[in-house]
Amino acid sequence: MKREITFKLNNEERTVEVDPSWTLLYVLREVLELTGTKEGCGYGECGACTVMIDGLSVNSCLYPILEAEGRTVTTIEGLRAASGELHPLQQAFVDGGAVQCGFCTAGMIMSAKALLDEKEKPTEEEIKEGIAGNLCRCTGYVQIVDAIKTVAGRGRT
Amino acid sequence: MGSLENAKFIAGGTDVMVQIRQKKIAPAHLISLRNIKGFATIETGDGLQIGGGVTHSDIVASGFIQKQYPALTDAAGKVGSRQIRNVATVSGNICNAAPSADTACPLLVLDADVRVAGPRGERRVPLDDFFLGAGRVDLAPGELVTGFRLPPFGQNTGSAYIKHTRRQAMDLPMVGIAVRVTIRIDGSEIGCRDAFCTIDTISNILRRLEEEQLRCEEVRIAMGVVAPRPVRARKAEAALRGKVISEALFEEIAEIAAAEAEPRDSIRGEAWYRREMVKVLTKRALLISVDRVLRPDDRIHPDRLW
Repeated sequence: MKREITFKLNNEERTVEVDPSWTLLYVLREVLELTGTKEGCGYGECGACTVMIDGLSVNSCLYPILEAEGRTVTTIEGLRAASGELHPLQQAFVDGGAVQCGFCTAGMIMSAKALLDEKEKPTEEEIKEGIAGNLCRCTGYVQIVDAIKTVAGRGRT
Repeated sequence: MGSLENAKFIAGGTDVMVQIRQKKIAPAHLISLRNIKGFATIETGDGLQIGGGVTHSDIVASGFIQKQYPALTDAAGKVGSRQIRNVATVSGNICNAAPSADTACPLLVLDADVRVAGPRGERRVPLDDFFLGAGRVDLAPGELVTGFRLPPFGQNTGSAYIKHTRRQAMDLPMVGIAVRVTIRIDGSEIGCRDAFCTIDTISNILRRLEEEQLRCEEVRIAMGVVAPRPVRARKAEAALRGKVISEALFEEIAEIAAAEAEPRDSIRGEAWYRREMVKVLTKRALLISVDRVLRPDDRIHPDRLW
């Protein structure tokens, strides 16, 4: 039995017909075709599916879609400016070689965004703690932490 | 819920959704607790009331809890990742009743009562009676946890939780130890508040505390992952209660706690190792708790590998 729900997605009101058993991740990727958000483990361990809900980072693979009703969801697609310019975090990841295979990147950037929204200039330890729920199997994390550092303290992102 | 067959309450969903995906449970209905008004509140009059919808991140963000009930802050900040802590509730952590549940040991030493609501009304259960075994709690069909109540402990009480893991993040504890102590010094003010602000050895620091006749008036010790459910080390508590703090006494308490632990061999750690770590961590958690009594306004209590 499908139901209609409405939520704000990347600054736009969206109404979607959903099956109550679906997760937010499923709706993002398969219904709304926003495939920037990835499915890694599906158990809330890897963080590839990280999005922001009402300003907080969340694993969308564990988030029942019906719970999104009336909430504000931001995905990696919502970070780019209307002009097409990349978000400073996205640009810093590109410039700093913090993207290799790219599978973790969207989730990693969403976690970094949530962290910088909460604290403008986190310490290196706080950055590591902030992305502790995001696995990367390519970079060894050094370039990722460095990329986040270059954006930290540049003002609200 | 009485009329719904095979329904399950869901709060943060970080356990329920995983169990569904692993096909360990197959509820026909999920009843969301996320939008209940006032369910996610922390109230601080007369102790502490934690609502059923309070997340681990909410706990970490509370300066009051950090100061009055720091063992709980220690634990809540170490559960899963940010993403998990932002949605996972403390009540869910308790209801899931994993032997490794991080918030269980702090809530045990902080004398938490569980508030339960159901078709037959409301009731309160001491947390120690709420755990029935691995994954089993004292909840009848249709009942749910609406929150926790922690009593006020007043002056000179400190608490701590140590989660012993192989990696710094995204890991379950192989042992978890929580301690709460209330310190009494006969007649006068505590004079050795700076006892830990030194690079002196722990033995010498403890000698200073002993000279000041610092007495352990009340104590709780709880251990995680050493039994099918989180347990109190009651014999160790009894051996410490009312005594003047000393290194020899702490050594003795640690041995008693380790003897009360019944850990098993598992992929995360062998039983003998867990037992040894119970000794080490009980002493460390006692030290941190005492340190927090002496310096209640300091946030930095460096780990001394004693």
